[in-house]
Amino acid sequence: MTDMTVDNAPVQGQSRSLWATAMLRLRRNKAAMASIFVLIILALAGIFGPMLAPHSYSKVYPEFVKVKPSLESYPQEEQVIPAAESALRRARVDLGAIDVDDGKVRIEVSSESRDIDPRISRYLDRSSVFSDAEITIDPADPKKGVIEASVQQLYFLMGTDANGRDLFSRILISLRISLMIGALATAVALTIGVIYGATAGFIGGRVDNVMMRFVDVMYSLPFVFFVILLVVFFGRNLVLMFLAVGAVEWLDMARITRGQTLSLRRREFVQAAEALGVSGKSIIRRHIIPNTAGTVIIYMTLLIPKVILLESFLSFLGLGVQEPLTSLGVLISEGAKNMRNAPFMLFYPAATMTILLFALNFLGDGLRDALDPKDR
Amino acid sequence: MLSYALRRLLSAIPTLFIIVTAAFFMMRLAPGGPFDQERTLEATVMANLNATFGLDKPLWQQYGIYLSNLFQGDMGPSFIYRDKRVHEILAEGLPISIQLGATALILALLLGALLGSIAALRQNTKTDFAVIAVATFGITVPNFVVAPVLSLVFAVILSWLPAQGWGQWNQMLLPVIALALPQIAVVTRLIRGSMIEALRSDHVRTARAYGLPTHMVVGKHALRAAILPAISYLGPAAAALLTGSIVVEQVFNLPGIGRYFVIGALNRDYTLVMGTVVIVAVFVVVFNLIVDLLYAVLDPRVRYD
Repeated sequence: MTDMTVDNAPVQGQSRSLWATAMLRLRRNKAAMASIFVLIILALAGIFGPMLAPHSYSKVYPEFVKVKPSLESYPQEEQVIPAAESALRRARVDLGAIDVDDGKVRIEVSSESRDIDPRISRYLDRSSVFSDAEITIDPADPKKGVIEASVQQLYFLMGTDANGRDLFSRILISLRISLMIGALATAVALTIGVIYGATAGFIGGRVDNVMMRFVDVMYSLPFVFFVILLVVFFGRNLVLMFLAVGAVEWLDMARITRGQTLSLRRREFVQAAEALGVSGKSIIRRHIIPNTAGTVIIYMTLLIPKVILLESFLSFLGLGVQEPLTSLGVLISEGAKNMRNAPFMLFYPAATMTILLFALNFLGDGLRDALDPKDR
Repeated sequence: MLSYALRRLLSAIPTLFIIVTAAFFMMRLAPGGPFDQERTLEATVMANLNATFGLDKPLWQQYGIYLSNLFQGDMGPSFIYRDKRVHEILAEGLPISIQLGATALILALLLGALLGSIAALRQNTKTDFAVIAVATFGITVPNFVVAPVLSLVFAVILSWLPAQGWGQWNQMLLPVIALALPQIAVVTRLIRGSMIEALRSDHVRTARAYGLPTHMVVGKHALRAAILPAISYLGPAAAALLTGSIVVEQVFNLPGIGRYFVIGALNRDYTLVMGTVVIVAVFVVVFNLIVDLLYAVLDPRVRYD
């Protein structure tokens, strides 16, 4: 591995610190820079998107199940009259002419036996197609009246799912969940892996042998199956998911940190600290862990997509995030079930997932090239 | 060599023992039981059920019984398929999963070696970049996206191939491709890297200097060295194929062990899930052993003693 130092000292003259050089190399890497840009947009969309989206991710529009993605507003013109008819079916009145005009609907109602009950306008309000329904009863004949209501302008840019929920809003919230799990589970894996690896590498000898043998044994286990076991037996909640996924992915991190630590162990500044009588724990905290930072960052960016993938995999099988919350895996799984009549339900989540994973992988590769040029 | 194989085989036993023990106690420590989801049962019925499945005995005794049964090849009764033993269910599913996985593995090795070699021979040309782009795509896009999309395009839209079922060759095609695609991508990248190195090595240069035709040089001399990283990847690949087969069997509705694992997990069928984990663990451990031995055969520089 390369000699890497965290350069806190002021830079003298023309020399550049490792981090400055790395930044320079990273800036030249177009794919990596584009990935950073895409990731920032996706992260912002995940954080603020669900607040700004016109629909809530859990709001159900029973009238609009699996509608196609479109830039035009729903309901479409030919849907308004049937919607009004079905909304007023239970009002037990005869419907006269229905006029649709410029976002407004005007319905003549009449009844043969009874006076018109002004409360029937609520039937229209209850439907998600109409709002602000007002009824005017003919002063001359209480058996006749006119209802006026405004027609909703609902936009479903990416269509709606099998329950009539806006797919775009659901993709936004699933981005948030997937990114959150990616970040938190990676943090768990990072913490366990770095501490474990640094300890094994620092103590060395027999302890190191035993600790790394343990990692080898863990490597040979079919771990995904264990995660599924864990999720099945202890219920499906988000915290457990972080822990389970994090607990699986720490192995690589432990191996890498151990390797780094072994080489750092022989460096003069660590030996100096030892000679000064600094305790082992402090040396690990003050010298070893900060000096492994570069490598750890590289593997972290490569770990995040793995974690997101694992979570989505669990969700795809129905073992992950539960309704009404959602994640990209859940959406892809629903899309796969409905692809015969609503292929867009598969397409949009799958495309989002692909873009996210591509960006993370390109950034990881770019960082590796930038921080560790020998490894190219 | 033989003693190494024996030693590895012996060291696999504690690994398997740990797996079985961990899975068993994880299962029993978890809150709830297999009969919780049905209507609330009367106390006597519940007691009878527990007695039938041996759940009323102390935990260590249950563990002993499970281990001794397992040793005799009996994995206990299934909780959801009431008339079957778990090992019978798995015996039905295993051939399908193995057939699927083995075909995918062979396809990945052959295609990966071919594509990787082509890219390496034409390094930094358009062909090379195209292969790298496809490989990156294959690594990035997960199984559970590829499988439904393949099914959508070839089975639903074009209706060239059946969307599900098992038995005929055309029913196998889509699942195998979906399963193999990520592995093809990884093998291609590995072979490309090692092939570039191998083409620069002394023995390949010597072979060229003797005037051997290119296909001989590449196919016989360079590939033998270049294939080694791919061989050592076979262990992780087998694990990945097993995991991938969970998704693929789900999407294409195939009755393999991955499918039974999911059904068991969703229904809290403890013994079925346990049985699958044990089978998969045995499989992975044995496969890793085979790969290590194969490595020694293929690379005369590696000596185990």
